[in-house]
Amino acid sequence: MMDALSDDGSDVNQDDTQEDVMTPAELIAKLEEAWLNEKFSPELQENKSEVVECVMEQLSHMEENLQRVKKGDAKASIHRMEIDRIRFVLSSYLRSRLQKIEKFFPHILEREKSRGEGAPSLLSPEEFAFAKEYYANTETYLKAVALKRMPPNLQTVDMLKAVPEPCLDSFVFLRVKERQENILVEPEADDQREYVVDLEEGSQHLMRYRTIAPLVSSGAVQLI
Amino acid sequence: MEALYEQNQTDVNEAKADGRAELIPSIKLRHCCLLRNQRCLTAYLYDRLLRIRALRWEYGSVLPANVRFHMCAEEVQWFTHYKKSLASFMRSLGGGEGLDITQDMKPPKSLYIEVRCLKDHGEFEIDDGTVILLKKNSQHFLPRWKCEQLIRQGVLEHVMS
Repeated sequence: MMDALSDDGSDVNQDDTQEDVMTPAELIAKLEEAWLNEKFSPELQENKSEVVECVMEQLSHMEENLQRVKKGDAKASIHRMEIDRIRFVLSSYLRSRLQKIEKFFPHILEREKSRGEGAPSLLSPEEFAFAKEYYANTETYLKAVALKRMPPNLQTVDMLKAVPEPCLDSFVFLRVKERQENILVEPEADDQREYVVDLEEGSQHLMRYRTIAPLVSSGAVQLI
Repeated sequence: MEALYEQNQTDVNEAKADGRAELIPSIKLRHCCLLRNQRCLTAYLYDRLLRIRALRWEYGSVLPANVRFHMCAEEVQWFTHYKKSLASFMRSLGGGEGLDITQDMKPPKSLYIEVRCLKDHGEFEIDDGTVILLKKNSQHFLPRWKCEQLIRQGVLEHVMS
């Protein structure tokens, strides 16, 4: 459906930061993957700003095309619905990320500070600015309302200790996209022992997030 | 808290000056009470902040008067800063184009929806230029994306029949 609208060729789909050209369908599939992973994981996932930018470009292109189609055409309403749906997925993805940033802000900022040079960033530059402003705003508020009236040795609050960390042991549903072998599952209770599982491609599981966290970032499994 | 702290200070000074070690447990106890009080206060204030944040997402940038009445001056300031941060974040999305992520809260089910007006809102213009008069209890068939904001503000009501 999107190919019918973007009929001036594949130039709008070109992502400058990647080498291969993505079709609109692939781009939307990537957005949906990122959206589901972000929704169902307890911690903030890696930043996917290239996907966000490409999707926004795609949306504005589709809106332009829609203006050129004459009103009252049945196709126009279907395309309109599609634009709305994609915009919903994008908004929901960004909202999920923002909510997690606000919930775990001291830990996320700490991770960003201590991340190595080559490691990929968890936050886009705009999200980083937002997180810093949120931290400063909350700290100023607490100081102004309560902390400055407290005894001298209690005038600071350690945010890292005060704000709870994301619970990485929560269970998540996942579908395996690439076959994995020898995944070590840590014991939960003292009387259990650790064991090793193999994940077959296409199978679905319910596991603790901590066990498969690296697989989510590498794209080997998809949270559902 | 001040009283506790002062008592502790006198004891600490005494303990250091005279070497009276038996005061130390009472110092520790008061310190624990102070820490607990600090935690309770910060937890209460932080919870209020989270509720105020939720108000921004529910009501939009302008808060109703009865809600503002319950907020202290610093909370209003926090709200203003949060609004500004959120607005600059939304503006910067997608390479400077901007996307209002406080819209589209629910997945879209249909293009046009039936809405009933709950209060007089005056004239309302939709995309193709037609102007609709929103009078109380009038019903209209309008594009969904135009109505979302008004539904959240309580001016329109989605009629599902």
